[in-house]
Amino acid sequence: MSEAKPTIDLAHLANLARLNFDPNSSESARADLEKIIAMIDAMQAVNTEDVAPLSHPLDGAQRLRQDLVTETEQRDNFQSTAPSTSEGYYLVPRVVD
Amino acid sequence: MSWEAVIGLEIHVQLATQSKIFSGAATAYGAEPNAQACAVDLGLPGVLPVLNEAAVEMAVKFGLAIGAEINLHSIFDRKNYFYPDLPKGYQISQFATPIVGKGEIKLDLTDGGQRIIGITRAHLEEDAGKSVHDLFPGQTGIDLNRTGTPLLEVVSEPDLRSASEAAEYFRQMHSLVKYLGICDGNLAEGSMRCDANVSVRPQGQEAFGERTEIKNINSFRFVERAIELEIERQIDVLETGGTIHRETRLFDADADETRTMRSKELSEDYRYFPDPDLLPLEITAAFVQAVRDNLPELPDARCQRYQQAMGLSAYDAASLSNDLDRAEFFEAVVGVCGNPKLSANWLNGELSAHLNNADVEIAASPVSAEQLGQLIQRIDDDTLSSKTAKQLFKALWAQANAESNVDALIEQLGLKQMNDDGELSAVVSGVLEANPDQVAELRSGKDKVLGFLVGQVMKATGGKANPKQVNELIRKSL
Repeated sequence: MSEAKPTIDLAHLANLARLNFDPNSSESARADLEKIIAMIDAMQAVNTEDVAPLSHPLDGAQRLRQDLVTETEQRDNFQSTAPSTSEGYYLVPRVVD
Repeated sequence: MSWEAVIGLEIHVQLATQSKIFSGAATAYGAEPNAQACAVDLGLPGVLPVLNEAAVEMAVKFGLAIGAEINLHSIFDRKNYFYPDLPKGYQISQFATPIVGKGEIKLDLTDGGQRIIGITRAHLEEDAGKSVHDLFPGQTGIDLNRTGTPLLEVVSEPDLRSASEAAEYFRQMHSLVKYLGICDGNLAEGSMRCDANVSVRPQGQEAFGERTEIKNINSFRFVERAIELEIERQIDVLETGGTIHRETRLFDADADETRTMRSKELSEDYRYFPDPDLLPLEITAAFVQAVRDNLPELPDARCQRYQQAMGLSAYDAASLSNDLDRAEFFEAVVGVCGNPKLSANWLNGELSAHLNNADVEIAASPVSAEQLGQLIQRIDDDTLSSKTAKQLFKALWAQANAESNVDALIEQLGLKQMNDDGELSAVVSGVLEANPDQVAELRSGKDKVLGFLVGQVMKATGGKANPKQVNELIRKSL
């Protein structure tokens, strides 16, 4: 069914997933991804015309909670594991959009 | 060539819940950094989101108010992207199956016309945190208090045709969500933010031009200005032979320009998929009906009522009903004085002028609705003339004290109209004696002079005489 070999923009995918590929292993990663895409192609060949999309395998619905504040402040506790904090903020390397 | 702009808005409405959309942390504005970010908001391992019922109810309320189909079955998805103020690495949103489907909003145009603007959808999602870039040299501070705050994202069809129309649509949406009580409408605190999709095409052309998106605009004025600038920029590019590229732009109010934020090549691929942590949201028709039964009176209905039951002009009715605070103030004034027309005149006249001058919201008016109602009562019963009423209003405004008693202040300032015939007759006689020529003219049937004589009496009494009474007294003494 899949005539043309899928083209994979590895650099773009790596950037989206924030992954760093070792140049030596990037070719094997590309080969793996091509196999995965071939498998997805096989699945997409199945006729699903009258099948409603399944979002969840469980046959249930979301339970709702009342709009109540139930949490207490635990900032010091949470921040005790953070690499860097100051004046109540979590600090990260400078990011500007 | 003449160009036509095509604009669609995505408005993020912060829902006025007490707690977050998926956690029990508080949503109050202005807390210490990270004091309201709990384990769920932080995305710590092992936590599970549980949906807030009030957020669902508010979304349904909005959907019903715009005549939209409510999807009894909707799905939450993960929108994946990396940014430090999004600790989970994804935002929980709704993608393929939002809770609110197609609806519409009637847009009142400044020229008195009306246009129908289509709403494509409205979906529930969580807000991200806040990044602070100017507090820590070389570093970015992250405050996750806003993380998980419930948002309703309202997406319009590309039905808007000018910057001012877009601003008016934003204004009307603001009025609607405040009316519904689902958003506090506080723009300065970011309670409503919008992204604008803008393109231009030659007048008469069917196909849309390439569009750009302006991100994160947060005031009525900025919506209009940002879109205006972007339309001008696009026309400029096209008329000089260039092409528009799909991209995200930023509005810089200080520089008064929009500029590129990211181009399409760098655009995110959000890789949406259904959130396995959240089962489908199922609501019942009975739930929707209960929300419908409790819908408040909306701006349109109120505007009609002001015209039909209170006899206001279309203009007065619209200007009083489009903002909830204003409408409530007006109704409180009428509740005290029972005179809708005079109340409308005072609200749209003296009060509005003072509020605009001082840049004060009506909810914080130094003159209370109770006081304004009493003041109007005193005009109605001839205690005050229109002139002394204005003096009284100024005094009330200056005092800015809701406890100030209107009647006591009238006494204290000596603003009471002279309604006593004896006292007034003396002044009238004095004026007539001093103006024999005019009196003679009046006797010979020249009614125009009457105005002059009344004016003289008003002057002599410092504006405190009752003009109607002065009229009668002059006629009687001829």
